[in-house]
Parts: sequence; C-alpha cells; structure tokens
Amino acid sequence: MPIQYYIFFCLTLFSIGVIGVLTRRNAIIVFMCVELMLNAVNLLLVAFSKMYNGAALQALPGSTAGIDAQIFVFFIMVVAAAEVSVGLAIIVMMYRNTHSVDINFLNRLKN
Amino acid sequence: MNKLEILFYALSAFAIVSAIMVLVSKNPIHSVLWLILVFFAISGHYILLNAQFLAIVNIIVYAGAIMVLFLFVIMLMNVKSDQEPQKKLLIKFIGVLSGGSFLTLLIALVKQTAQLQGKQVLMKEGSIGLIHPLGKALFSDYVLPFEISSVLFLSAMVGAVIIGKK
Repeated sequence: MPIQYYIFFCLTLFSIGVIGVLTRRNAIIVFMCVELMLNAVNLLLVAFSKMYNGAALQALPGSTAGIDAQIFVFFIMVVAAAEVSVGLAIIVMMYRNTHSVDINFLNRLKN
Repeated sequence: MNKLEILFYALSAFAIVSAIMVLVSKNPIHSVLWLILVFFAISGHYILLNAQFLAIVNIIVYAGAIMVLFLFVIMLMNVKSDQEPQKKLLIKFIGVLSGGSFLTLLIALVKQTAQLQGKQVLMKEGSIGLIHPLGKALFSDYVLPFEISSVLFLSAMVGAVIIGKK
C-alpha cells in the first residue's frame, strides 16, 4: 500500500478533529476531538515506521529499524491517558461551578 | 484489488464515517459510542500493519479505559442534549471551511512531495510490531522514559483527585 494513502486517511481524520474543535461548544466533545487527532497521528507514526522497516528489511533481513516510532506511539497513549484523567477532572469541576459544559463559560476564569 | 486493499478502504471509510458522526451527533453519549467505533477501526488498521501490540493496547486503553471515563463523566453530569449550546451557523461554516482548507493544503503538499513518491508500506509482514522486539526496545533503550512515565501517572492521579474533590 503506498504511504500516500495512509497520509491522506490520517489527514482526513485529523481535519475532522480540527473541525470538531472549531465548531462544537460542548467541552467534552471538544476533548473527544483532541483524542481523535491524537489517534490520527498515532496511526501515521505506525505507517511511517512500517515504511522504514520495509525498506530496511530489504537491505538487511531481521532489521528492527523503525521500532522507535511504535515506542513513541506507546508513550503518546500513556500521556493521553494521564491527560484525559486530569482534563475530565477539570471539566467536572467546571460543571460544578457553572452547571454547564459550555466552553464559552471558561472566560469567567479570568476574574 | 486484493484483500488488503479492500480491508484498507473498508476500514478507512468506516473510520471516517464514524468520525463525522462524532461531530454530527447531538447527544454526547452517541458521540462517545461513535468514537469507540473509530478506535476499533484504527485498531483494525494496526492489525493490517502487523502492529499487534499497539492494536491490543489501543483497544484496552482507548476504547476500554479512556472512553469509559468519558461515559462516566457524561452520565455524572446528566447533560441534556436539547439544552446543549450551539455555535452560530456562521461560526460553524467558518470552522468547516478552515478545516477543509487545511486538509486541501496538506493533501496538495503531500501529493507534490518527491520523497514520498513510490514508497510502500509493509503490510501484514515484519516483526517490529510484535511484543518481543517492542519489549526489548522498551526495556533497554527506553527504560528511562518508561520509568518517568510512572511518575507522570502518579502526578496525574494526584492532580485528578485534588481537582476532583470539593
């Protein structure tokens, strides 16, 4: 499969996430769109890793070139899990104070 | 068209339709369920690329843990879908327009890039996605970031508890 197809697919998913962040006002949906963007980037990292590994395997059988990208994806998942736990706690606190999850209420934070 | 291409196109179309439904759904719970379907489609892509460890971790961590957390928070808040604030139509249109132009720009860029022409992705072969090589790399070259991530998790846990309690 050519690498361009994977890039196009991941760009589409990423842009859907961007559109979601720009057009929705529910903080939870905005947060979910950020997760969608993270996943698009993860898939692209794995596709690039397999691209480099395929080229390296032809030169040297048994090569593990490109394994770093998959480790990166693992760490991105770790950071995303930590981010979600803190972010959802912030959204719950915001809901307690304003009884809404509208992100436009967040400008009350300044006073 | 061989089997791999059919699977690739089917999974991609499924993921994109589900991702659009995440945005279109009025009810946040439906959005979460559609997002879980997107994650399953992406896990299917990982399996096509023979990244078996990441496929399983994606299902367990994302579709399992993170999305259940989202569902719990939504059910805790009891947000009515008809009271959900909507942006103005003009703002929505501008958002879709800017996202679409972002996509068009990057696709045009990728199409012209000479370094990417004719590069193939290795499908369903290669062993770097299996647990054995990944575990070896994780606990030899990347053991320090792995240990630091445990500190990150601890601080995230403490932070979530402190923010979450009244």
